[in-house]
Parts: sequence; C-alpha cells; structure tokens
Amino acid sequence: MTDPILRVESIHTFIGQFHILEGVSFAVPPGSITVLLGRNGAGKTTTLRSIMALTPPRKGSISFEGQSLARQRPFHIARRGIGYVPEQRAIFSALSVRENLEIAERQHGELRHRQAFIFDLFPDLQRLYEYPGGQLSGGQQQMLAIARALVPDNRLLLIDEPSEGLAPVVIQQLMIAIRKLAAQATVLLVEQNFRMASQLADHYVIIDDGRAVAAGNMSDLIADPALVQRYLGAT
Amino acid sequence: MTAVAQFRRHWRPIRRQPLFTAALIAVALLVFSFATSGGDPGLFGITVLSGLFQGMLLFMVAAGLSIVFGLMGVLNFAQGSYFMIGAYVCYAIHHAPGLVAAIPDGNLRFLLAAGAAALVGAGLGAALERLLLRPLYARPVFQIVLTFGVAIVISEAVKAIYGTTPYSWTAAFTFHDGSFSLFGQVFSTYRLLVIGVGLALIGATLLLLHRSRLGIIIRAGVQDSQMVEALGINVRAVFTLVFALGCAIAAFGGAVAAPFLGVSTDLANNFLLAAIAVVALGGLGSFAGTAVASVLVGLAVATVARFASQYLNQPVWADLTPMILLTLVLLARPHGLFGKEGHA
Repeated sequence: MTDPILRVESIHTFIGQFHILEGVSFAVPPGSITVLLGRNGAGKTTTLRSIMALTPPRKGSISFEGQSLARQRPFHIARRGIGYVPEQRAIFSALSVRENLEIAERQHGELRHRQAFIFDLFPDLQRLYEYPGGQLSGGQQQMLAIARALVPDNRLLLIDEPSEGLAPVVIQQLMIAIRKLAAQATVLLVEQNFRMASQLADHYVIIDDGRAVAAGNMSDLIADPALVQRYLGAT
Repeated sequence: MTAVAQFRRHWRPIRRQPLFTAALIAVALLVFSFATSGGDPGLFGITVLSGLFQGMLLFMVAAGLSIVFGLMGVLNFAQGSYFMIGAYVCYAIHHAPGLVAAIPDGNLRFLLAAGAAALVGAGLGAALERLLLRPLYARPVFQIVLTFGVAIVISEAVKAIYGTTPYSWTAAFTFHDGSFSLFGQVFSTYRLLVIGVGLALIGATLLLLHRSRLGIIIRAGVQDSQMVEALGINVRAVFTLVFALGCAIAAFGGAVAAPFLGVSTDLANNFLLAAIAVVALGGLGSFAGTAVASVLVGLAVATVARFASQYLNQPVWADLTPMILLTLVLLARPHGLFGKEGHA
C-alpha cells in the first residue's frame, strides 16, 4: 500500500476557548479524491484550516509527503505544494481575474504555463480575464478560487464546500472540473452535499463533534445507508 | 419621462461619484481663492502653487499612513516623527563640515542627504514594525498607545541630540536658491521642484500598486491578508516592507521640506494631524483618495492662510482648515471621498 500524501494524527484545535477538534486522525491516499463529511459545525472547515496552519492545532501532528508541518506558517505550508480553496471563495474582489491568478504564482511564468489547462477547465475565466473578481457570479468566483489554487504546481488541493450556494448546473460544471484536476493533484474536499460527494470521491472521512468517527472507501459508505443516516442525516 | 426627471436620473449617479465631489471642492476653493485675491492673477497663481506645495508635503506623510492602515489596520501615530527625523538627518548631513569639504556641490550633497534620510526612515520604520508592532497586531488599542509612545520617545531623543532650538537652513545650493516671477509675484523654484517630486511620487506609488506584483499583493492584503499568506506569500515580510516604505517616504518628505520650513521637533505634530485629516478625508485605506485629499487640503490651507492673514489678521484659521474640511466632507460622505463601508 502506498504511503498517504497527508497524514493527520490526533489533532486538537481551539478557536478562542472553544475546543473544536478533539483528536481528529485520518490519512489521504495520493492520487485520489477524499471527502470530509459531517454535519454543520462538526469541524470540517477547522480541519482544513488546521492543515494550513491558519488555525494551528495545539496538539497532534500533521505530515505532508512524510514531512512534518509542525510550527510551519501558512505560507511555508503552501510553498510545500498545498493549495487551499476556502469556503466563501475568498477571491480578491478589487483585483481582476488575471491579477487573482497572478498573485498565486510562486515562480515567474507559472501562470503562462498553466493557462491552457485552467481555461480548458473554466472557459468563462478566459472571457472575463480583465474583469474585477467582485463582479463575477458566485459560480465564476468559485471557479476562480479553484483556478487560483491550480496556478502553482500543487500536489494536494484542499477545497472547502465548493458547491455552497451554487445552482445545480454550476455544481455539475464544478464536479467535471474537480474530476479533471484530480488527474493532476490529490484532492481533499469538504462537502455537505452528499450527492455530489458520493459521485466525486474515492474515499471519505466523517467528522462528528470534532472527531473522525468513520473513514473508508466511498463505495462502502454508499452501501451503508444507516451510517450515512446516523452521521449525515441523508440517504 | 419629463426632461427634469431624466436629468435627475442621470445626475444622481454622477453626484455620488467621489471624483465629482473632489472636483466640486477643488473648483469651490479655486473660485474662492480667485475672488479673494482681488482678481490679481499673480496672487491667485502663487496661492495655488503654495497649496500644491503644502499638498505634496502632506502627501508624503499621509501616503505611508494610508497604505499601512489599509494593509495592516495600524494607524501609525509616529508617522509625523519620521517626517521630522528625515528633516534632521538631511539637515545634519548637508551641513556636516566634513561632508561640505568632501562634496562642495550643494545640490549633490542635498540629494545624498535626502536619500540618506529616506534610508534612515526605512530602517527605523522596519525596526518599529518588526520589534515593537508585530506582537501587537491582535491588539489595536495597544498599537495606538505604542505608536503614540514611540512618537514621544523619538521627539525627546531628537531634543536630547540636537537641542530644542529650531535650525534654519543656512547652506546654499542652487536647487533651493532660485526663484521665478509669476504675474509679478516671486515664487521659489525649490517649491516648484517639491511639487514635481511629490507628483512623481504619487505616480510612482500608483504604478507600484497597480503595475507590480508587490502592488497586487498589497491590494489583495488590504482585503484578506490571511488568504494572501495561504497562497504562499510571506505576509509579515510584506508588512515590514510596506511599513518601511511608508516611513521612508515620510522621512524623504521631511528632508525636502527642511530647506524651506527649517528643522524643529514641531514638524512631527504639525504634519501628523493634517495628514490624519487627509487620510480620513480621502477614505481610509484608499491610496488614490489620499493623493486627491492631499491636494485638496493643501489648496484649502493655502487659500485660507492667505485670506485669514489678508482680511482677518488671524493665521490660526489655516491650522484649523484640514479638520474643518474633513468635518464638512464627512457630513456628506461618512466614509470619506473614496472610502468604502468596511473601512470607516
């Protein structure tokens, strides 16, 4: 069995005085799509933020490609090859689409090399290249946020709730794009939309009350409606 | 739809444009200045040039305040002190007997002194940000107390080194000593040079913000510095660089102001208050707003100064002008000329 690209072991993360993650552990196999599932407030977003050290864990360890991420600042972690697409997209509304992509370059000329791939995934961005990010629709902003994570040569993409607030037709487009980009990078996805998650992901991890309570192959989860009902309230 | 209704429909959005408000204020100031100069084009022209001169000096203090506030949310009360330090450093280097002998060309010596002032400002700015401010980013009230305290410490340190007596610029150099006539009124070419340098700095800063990678990072960081860091950019290093740059511009401003205004510790407070008014008037976090507001406040101060000394014999009105203008604009536009809601 191949070594996981990301290993999260027993992390405890606090926001202020609130103990949000109480010993979350899981591993992400390389070249796959793994989805973090769970109810609202379970700790999925905090898990991604902990990996990026945006909300650093107080205890536990996280390693990427066998190397510890302990005491690393977010920019160090990003430079290791991890791309982050936060919930609410966090695109820079005052910058144009081009500038939103340029800022993600870690080496000069990276965007030029990746442009064809990005425009193939999201043709809208080519048409809107000089538009301010703030004038894009919700779906286009989501595409831009994902495209931004694709500019550097990231080997792991953390994508938080890509379908949130989007129309079904846009969700379909995003699913196609995420499948295509999974051929180039491992994806760790947070998704509340179980239907989307089940169609996309190879593996799942269920987070409940700040703990990883179940993990495995997505096909096994689909075959276990009781588990889905118990932790996700969906069938 | 009637013609009046159509006019209103097109007029409303224009009226809300910040540039329209700024242009309206500028025109009102120019008309008032012309009317009170008794139709003398020389007096009017000199007032406008004086206004631009003061506006450019204000810009050099306000530019750093504006960018640092926009990016880091820090209102640096020590910004005026960097202006003052720049003036002292420039004066000390330009008048140092050893350097006068080594570099007899006063113009060259002045350029070196102004450059050195900017470097000292940058170094002290970087030190303030890295050593003192960095641990206080999560505590805005402490930042205010800290920068206020640093301003006092700098002022007292300068007094300890140079004494409390103001210095007048005595060393001659041709940049400073020339003058020209405008409709019979004499105007210093040095002040014209300062206006040119100020406009060049505005242009250079706008180019930096809109045409460089650092500018993209700064504009993105103003909105969401955490996301910028998550993209692999060392935001703390950018903070230090921007803070140092803002202090360097202020120190450079002090250096170019010194030959005209002389050197004293009063420079710090005199310019700080007006610069804070400029930043608020332009809209917190808006660099273009700061540039426009600098010119407006400079024009207003020069116009009121001449009017008050000519008709009221009370020059104090000129000192009050930035705050009066700020109050009037904030009544109509609570976020300043170019400000956005989140930043007020």
